[in-house]
Amino acid sequence: MAIVKNDSLIEQEWITVDAEGDLPSSDENLIVPLERFKEERDSLLGRNGGLGVQLNPGDAPEDLADDLDRLSIITVNFPAYTDGRGYSYGRVLRERMGFTGELRAVGDVLRDQILYMHRCGFDSYDLKVEGEVALNKVRAALKEMSVYYQPTGDGRVTAQSLRERRRAALGQKAS
Amino acid sequence: MYRYDDFDRQLVHERTEQFREQVKRRLAGDITEEQFRPLRLMNGVYLQLHAYMLRVAVPYGTLRADQLRQLGMIARVYDKGYGHFTTRQNIQYNWPKLDEIPDALLDLAKVEMHAIQTSGNCIRNTTTDQYAGAAADEIEDPRPYCELIRQWSTFHPEFTYLPRKFKIAVTGSPNDRAAVKVHDIGLRMHQNDAGETGFEVIVGGGLGRTPFVGKTIRDFIGKNDLFSYLEAILRVYNRFGRRDNKYKARIKILVHEEGIDKIRELVEEEWSQIKDGSLRVDDAEIAHYIEQFAPPAFETLADDDADFERHKSENRRFANWVRSNVIEHKQPGYAIANVSLKPIGGIPGDATDTQMELVADLSEKYSFGDVRVTHEQNLVLPHVKKADLFALWTALDADNLGTANLGYVTDIISCPGLDYCALATARSIPLSQRISERFSDLDRQHDIGELKIKISGCINACGHHHVGHIGILGLDKRGKEFYQITLGGDASQDASIGKIAGAGFSEAEVVDAIESLVTKYIDIRDGGERFIDTYRRVGMDPFKEVLYGDR
Amino acid sequence: MSLQVVTANRLDDGLVVFLTSDGSWSENINDARTAEGKEAADALLAEASAPELDIVIVGPYLIDVEQQGSDLMPTKYREVLRTKGPSVREDLGYQAV
Ligand code: HEM
Ligand code: SF4
Repeated sequence: MAIVKNDSLIEQEWITVDAEGDLPSSDENLIVPLERFKEERDSLLGRNGGLGVQLNPGDAPEDLADDLDRLSIITVNFPAYTDGRGYSYGRVLRERMGFTGELRAVGDVLRDQILYMHRCGFDSYDLKVEGEVALNKVRAALKEMSVYYQPTGDGRVTAQSLRERRRAALGQKAS
Repeated sequence: MYRYDDFDRQLVHERTEQFREQVKRRLAGDITEEQFRPLRLMNGVYLQLHAYMLRVAVPYGTLRADQLRQLGMIARVYDKGYGHFTTRQNIQYNWPKLDEIPDALLDLAKVEMHAIQTSGNCIRNTTTDQYAGAAADEIEDPRPYCELIRQWSTFHPEFTYLPRKFKIAVTGSPNDRAAVKVHDIGLRMHQNDAGETGFEVIVGGGLGRTPFVGKTIRDFIGKNDLFSYLEAILRVYNRFGRRDNKYKARIKILVHEEGIDKIRELVEEEWSQIKDGSLRVDDAEIAHYIEQFAPPAFETLADDDADFERHKSENRRFANWVRSNVIEHKQPGYAIANVSLKPIGGIPGDATDTQMELVADLSEKYSFGDVRVTHEQNLVLPHVKKADLFALWTALDADNLGTANLGYVTDIISCPGLDYCALATARSIPLSQRISERFSDLDRQHDIGELKIKISGCINACGHHHVGHIGILGLDKRGKEFYQITLGGDASQDASIGKIAGAGFSEAEVVDAIESLVTKYIDIRDGGERFIDTYRRVGMDPFKEVLYGDR
Repeated sequence: MSLQVVTANRLDDGLVVFLTSDGSWSENINDARTAEGKEAADALLAEASAPELDIVIVGPYLIDVEQQGSDLMPTKYREVLRTKGPSVREDLGYQAV
């Protein structure tokens, strides 16, 4: 039960609510499932506290197109680590829709998937282990590999562009 | 041939170290089998009937001599002196010990090989024409594109947890030797009206329990756009493929349930948003990869060679081998030599450590150190001077590798079946051995002509039985092995899925059943017809009758 | 009344093993402890599934066997192959020794 973001442990400042039922008081920070957000959009946007949305597998991140700048956080649920839909949601939100808020992986979030999540635009991870253990796992996972073939929106330099740079440099030297 | 640069090497090295740590954690009890299983599978390590099994990737079926020699060494040091070449152009070892596998992977990494993504719900090893770069009928060598696909798909962060495994095959020739129509994505190179070379994109083919021939999603995609288009298909599949039932999770089911038009719409919409992005590969980069697969330094030769002709006329066994196993090369004076891993009565696809080393040596001597693995479980030396063929064959023949049966009835594809596989319902290897022995007479095989028999030991269809001219599926009926026969399958450009002939046969009956089918074909064929042609002309009924009579 | 034993694969080398009467694992099925009846079989499997055995063996399960003279013989052909080795390579597996 620890959240790791930007190489540190952070506090849980959000209450995630179900699809139905009463909402906490108006100044609490809330994360609501996409379905509920769509149904109660106007009243949710009128509250005082912060607002976030949770995407579950099968949801369409595109549904948030008009509201992205009103959301401080989007959580993407991985009910089982084998359900990889959330990776696509991450890339669509970041690379296509330009979401700049916090993108948090929740659910079955394990060490061996964290690097992939990071490459798909996630910047925080809700792990089922405590404090330092969680932090160490994330740190270890993020530095296990150092070569990347695919261009994603994560800012990492791909092997291909390093090769090009090298070729260009060699070409300059040669001429 | 492609050589790793320091980036590729670093990546494989890091992965090897990562797996060593994971094995250590497992053996120390820090992680449970449940947690370890997906990690080992991602590195090609299965647990089979008798022991672990290690599946090593042979990217697009291309091996250098030093790599094949290393595969032989690994068979000797870490296994029991042999390996099994599979329909996926990979090699499997049947007896490695878990605590030694990290060392085996390190030895593989030394020759730029690995077991990455040979299992799991990710993009698997890309397969292609075994004659790539050599075939006379090829438009262009497909391997540069395969290598680009290999890199794009290796540790793809978005597509490592797909609904199910994903297999891509590429052909650069109109004569499809890579079975592209029965893969999740098949790419067929061709030229459009403007004279540009690109690919027809076929999706949703597959075997397993619900076989389908793939459908064309796009008639032409230019080379520069290929990778963004693949990414678009994969994203649509990752988002919308079924995950509720593992038997309905392949993309073929999505295409079948939603219809190809709907899938095309989704893919085109997705593609329109990413096509100008960073996956667009420019001509300069493609040229760089084409250069890596540049033809070897062929000599300028006359197309015929007097000694070669003389050996053929003097040595009937050699002439037979040339007739079946030697294929036309695009370079005059050269030929493509197929090395059969189907000796009469042998285990299809198995090769010993010393056989691998011998073929490696011969490839250096006669084929620019280039070896291929075929999806029909044979090996190929792609660039042999006609003048060297006799010496090559003599050396192969001395080690039981000179069987003259390529494409014939004894060139049988067979999965490991119940002799090794934990999922099997029946054995498949012994059946292939009995059929091979029954038809051992070479004149008879030649008379029968091209006939593809493919055997799987369960409905997963690893032995491609659905696309065998004669397919055999091993099943379990109240504790007894029995075998179902399908007819009319075809994995080529005219792909079709075979139809079940009727009730299954016991192990004892099935070889006779195959023989009666062959006899019937010989009886009724028109001049020049292959078995599959006759079947297509006359249909199932005449064959059914010889199998079942009035039954 | 059916006779059962527990089999698994050993973690480090992957080879087929059977649970013996002293709680260890043997490569020889004739060393296996047999259970007669559902209750005994369940107890045997429970013993083999103890979490601490996770670093010794993988995937324990029950198989049906028959007493044939002094030998135990699995009733299913799949399990016969596991006690012997591949039928197409009689030089390999337990049958080889
Ligand atoms: C020995 C362990 C093996 C296991 C556990 C295994 C498992 C499977 C499974 C479960 C499927 C069905 C996939 C589906 O329908 O979604 C399948 C298909 C397939 N496997 Fe295997 N297999 C094994 C060995 C092999 C071997 C030795 C080959 C090559 C000779 C092979 C090649 C294939 C091919 C070509 C298919 C069908 C194409 C497809 O639908 O993907 N497999 N395998
Ligand atoms: S077809 Fe069945 S028996 Fe044959 S290798 Fe595949 S899973 Fe095993």
